Amino acid sequence: MSEKEPLFSSKNLKLITDPLNTNNPITVQVLGICSALAITVKLEPAIVMALSVMAVLVVANVVISLLRKSIPPRIRIIVQLVVIASMVILVDQVLKAFAYDVSKQLSVFVGLIITNCILMGRLEAFAMANKPWPSFLDAIGNASGYGLILIIVAFFRELLGSGTLFDYPVLEKIGLYKTGYENNGLMILPPMALITIGIIIWVQRSKNRELIEEK
Amino acid sequence: MRDFSNTYIFVFSTVLIVVVAVLLSAAAMLLQPLQQRNVEIEKKQNILASINIEASRKDAEKMYDKYITNSFVVNAKGDKVEGVDAFGVDMAAEIRKPLDEREFPVYVSTLDDGSSKVIVPVRGKGLWGPVYGYLSFNDDYNTIYGATFNHDKETPGLGAEIATRTFQKQFDGKKIFDDQGNFTSILIQKGGAAPGDPHAVDAISGGTLTSKGLQATLKDCLSGYIAYFKKQQEQK
Repeated sequence: MSEKEPLFSSKNLKLITDPLNTNNPITVQVLGICSALAITVKLEPAIVMALSVMAVLVVANVVISLLRKSIPPRIRIIVQLVVIASMVILVDQVLKAFAYDVSKQLSVFVGLIITNCILMGRLEAFAMANKPWPSFLDAIGNASGYGLILIIVAFFRELLGSGTLFDYPVLEKIGLYKTGYENNGLMILPPMALITIGIIIWVQRSKNRELIEEK
Repeated sequence: MRDFSNTYIFVFSTVLIVVVAVLLSAAAMLLQPLQQRNVEIEKKQNILASINIEASRKDAEKMYDKYITNSFVVNAKGDKVEGVDAFGVDMAAEIRKPLDEREFPVYVSTLDDGSSKVIVPVRGKGLWGPVYGYLSFNDDYNTIYGATFNHDKETPGLGAEIATRTFQKQFDGKKIFDDQGNFTSILIQKGGAAPGDPHAVDAISGGTLTSKGLQATLKDCLSGYIAYFKKQQEQK
């Protein structure tokens, strides 16, 4: 600890970039799948969900990291849950006040951020052992990695399932329906979200050979 | 890792809980007016939807003030109840009371063409949770002008179809009294209503229990307005 580490050292930058690709919470660690299936029918709720998770994770990670030396190990899981739960309630209340329509669409899934394994995982594995600044970056990175997959899945599901993007009728405007094209109703249902995530994992693994487990 | 005494653990958790509690109560109190306003706007949107006016969240309040010209509360005998704000009546609580103790909100609307519509709320049980909505009537106090329904947790694709325009459009022009003036309510018929039946609409395939719930809701809530509607019809 003699030299002060620069804010964006390569080690710190890796905290942000790793979860986007080689250590993605959804496609590599396979966490947070439940919400990824449920709220990716349309882009708007997916983005709000991603931002909500980011807000909760960033605050929780930094708070836990600040308290890490004073949290008694015997009750650390409870302390982590209290921090996450109170942040989730805050986010839920703010959404109800300022984004009522979206909060109705997300309904129970905002509350279920509490049970999102990504959050507990980051607090327990990272924030309990690291300083606030790296914890902050780690939270941004993991929440972005989660949000990125959410947005990719929501993009395809909304485009192919409803023929819209952000509720704007893209396919109708380019006149695709006149050629006999029809929306794929299955894309709206959860199974196709799972299959879409599966395809993303497949593409990612075929590009990153090191992700493939040795037999 | 440092060892912590039991006293420390108790103090630590107490302080943490107090801090969190203060933070959350403050947030809830500060945000409540905004949240309540959102709920009110949604209610206004629903009321407007029953007279076939689509209002966005932004202009719902302006449109409501423009089209809803009067609102009051009546009782089951058809007399006006003074001093009660119709918009503030909590339907969820009212439907638990016996019919003759309930307060029945009535909204009166004047449309662009000068015609007057009367709007009444309905609320009851669906399959999984509450179903609710508004019916608007022409000034003969018999013919339905428009209907809108909503639900909290009916099955998507089945019972939840009551919230679609296709289902709600069926109610337009239906009558709740027969030629002799007897109350018939609106039947939601499984297998489809007979063509031209003025008192029935088609039920939702696969949504039988929600349809039945809605039918019971309509009968229950509308029967409270019979006395008031009859009085108005006589005055004409």
